[in-house]
Amino acid sequence: MSWYALWGALEIGLIYGLVALGVLISFRILRFPDLTVDGSFPLGAAVAATLIVSGWEPFSATLAATLAGALAGAVTGWLNVRLKIMDLLASILMMIALYSINLRIMGRPNVPLITEPTVFTLFMNESVPDHILRPLLILVVVAAVKFALDWYLGTQAGLALRATGSNPRMARAQGVATGAMVLAGLALSNALCALGGALFAQSQGVSDISMGIGTIVIGLAAVIVGESLFSSRRLVIMTAAAILGAVLYRVFVALALNADFIGLQAQDLNLITAVLVTIFLVVPLLRQRLRGRRRN
Amino acid sequence: MKWTLPAKKALNALDAGWAHTAAFARGVLAPALGAAALCLAATAAAHAQSVAVTSIVEHPALDAIKDGVKDALAEAGYTEEKGLEWQFQTAQGNTAIATQIARKFVGDKPDVIVGIATPSAQAVVAATKTIPVVYSAVTDPVAAQLVPSLEASGTNVTGVSDQLELARQVELIKRLVPDARKVGMVYNPGEANSASVVEALRQLLPTMGMSLVEASAPRTVDVGAAARSLVGKVDVIYTNTDNNVVSAYESLAKVGNDAKIPLVASDTASVARGAVAALGLDYYEMGRQTGRMVIRILKGEKPGDIPSETSDKLALHLNAAAARKQGVTLTSELRQSAAQVIE
Repeated sequence: MSWYALWGALEIGLIYGLVALGVLISFRILRFPDLTVDGSFPLGAAVAATLIVSGWEPFSATLAATLAGALAGAVTGWLNVRLKIMDLLASILMMIALYSINLRIMGRPNVPLITEPTVFTLFMNESVPDHILRPLLILVVVAAVKFALDWYLGTQAGLALRATGSNPRMARAQGVATGAMVLAGLALSNALCALGGALFAQSQGVSDISMGIGTIVIGLAAVIVGESLFSSRRLVIMTAAAILGAVLYRVFVALALNADFIGLQAQDLNLITAVLVTIFLVVPLLRQRLRGRRRN
Repeated sequence: MKWTLPAKKALNALDAGWAHTAAFARGVLAPALGAAALCLAATAAAHAQSVAVTSIVEHPALDAIKDGVKDALAEAGYTEEKGLEWQFQTAQGNTAIATQIARKFVGDKPDVIVGIATPSAQAVVAATKTIPVVYSAVTDPVAAQLVPSLEASGTNVTGVSDQLELARQVELIKRLVPDARKVGMVYNPGEANSASVVEALRQLLPTMGMSLVEASAPRTVDVGAAARSLVGKVDVIYTNTDNNVVSAYESLAKVGNDAKIPLVASDTASVARGAVAALGLDYYEMGRQTGRMVIRILKGEKPGDIPSETSDKLALHLNAAAARKQGVTLTSELRQSAAQVIE
């Protein structure tokens, strides 16, 4: 595997790290099975790409995309809290609605950004090659988001959000407006996913309607890979683990792309990725067992 | 025994890779890094002429392009036996994987990268400004920002577009079903190629006394249902080279046969799968055309000096069995102009 491919995996992994943080908030902290992600990730891409093409400055376009994601998350929360639609179904409804909404926003299925200015082109210079600069810039963004999130979840409001997830009745008894907390949590979660989508479109040079498919699966996989690496209940570690899990997942895909020398073919890619992740998850268990036997 | 030397070197390299890993092997990271070391060792081979091909998804038309490229290269003497490094990867329909494949290819530094279908071509073009890129099966390369125009681009990109002249498609529909007034179309609204065809047909059909009835199939499994929604509303169903429709053409054929609605396709491969007719590109031929472009670049031409091409080799394929089931009579005049008739 070349360094170039590895930097690429790091870049895409870090972007999906934002999705993983979003999924961590909804699935783990709020315990809300939120599939809106499959729609909010391309929503971020669609809003950012459309605004950039129409002449917006890339940073404001990215910010607008993030806010659009927050709105989408809030609508899912509203469907669940106010209209009493079951959480999973509410998020599915929002996800499928967003497919059409994204098509409407873009006006066509594919908006290229190859020749447009992006948040990355503004930093480009001669001394650092693009393929290293982009992951470094994204690392700064992801790290900033991570620390901001760590801080927020330690504040009064953040603690109320966590209480809503772990024990809603208790939280209500303590005077927490759990409904508002669900709305806020989902808005935050989907804002991060949309930010990821906006950055992905700009790093990849295109916003395509199909790019949301399977986002939630990758986000969940990242969170779980991260958790199996560092099983901790400390928030600072949980958020770091989710980001690391997303990067590792992309490294596995990059590795699987290099597996052709052992006779595997293009169509085996997803299988190899799955096998690599499985091995990765099982090895600590095997080592534990081996150690246990030796002691006996 | 000269051969032992490189073999030994390779083994040493492998050993070094493993020794390097051993230092990190204490954590759970061992398997991942071990595999990385293996892969690094495996790609360290000598650099001959190399072509890397990627497509967004595997289906008959896109696979035919890949095969066409490979065969054209083989005929010109570029075979893997003679030292050509050939790589093929599909993104399994996933744009994030398409990006990673593009990055991998750019890292491998092949002599030419071939990107089949819009998303894969865009991912490759976004990833490199220096390595020659040949796109294929992109309906509108200018709208996709692959090239500024169909003229020689002056950049590292050229390729073959699969744009069809729609007036000739409508003409074929009229020849098959002379009294057709309403033309149905099943397509994926999320596919750039299809969206541009639908837009053009919306303008074109009314000028010829017909109208378009659309049915959208955002996923492959929706194709059958979308086709059924057209039953009773249309006289004929036309499809472009929509990836979802081509992937699930059989489910469309079933509806056409059951409801006696003639099906007109745009790629000749779909005729064998149940369409009455297609005046289309032979995607295998398009692959060969793409392959010839790759060869020109391998021989030293600059991609920026080669204008983008379209395919003018349209072939009419007919399916007599499907025509009977879908209630169409194939006139002898039609049969005579066909390149192939399946009985």
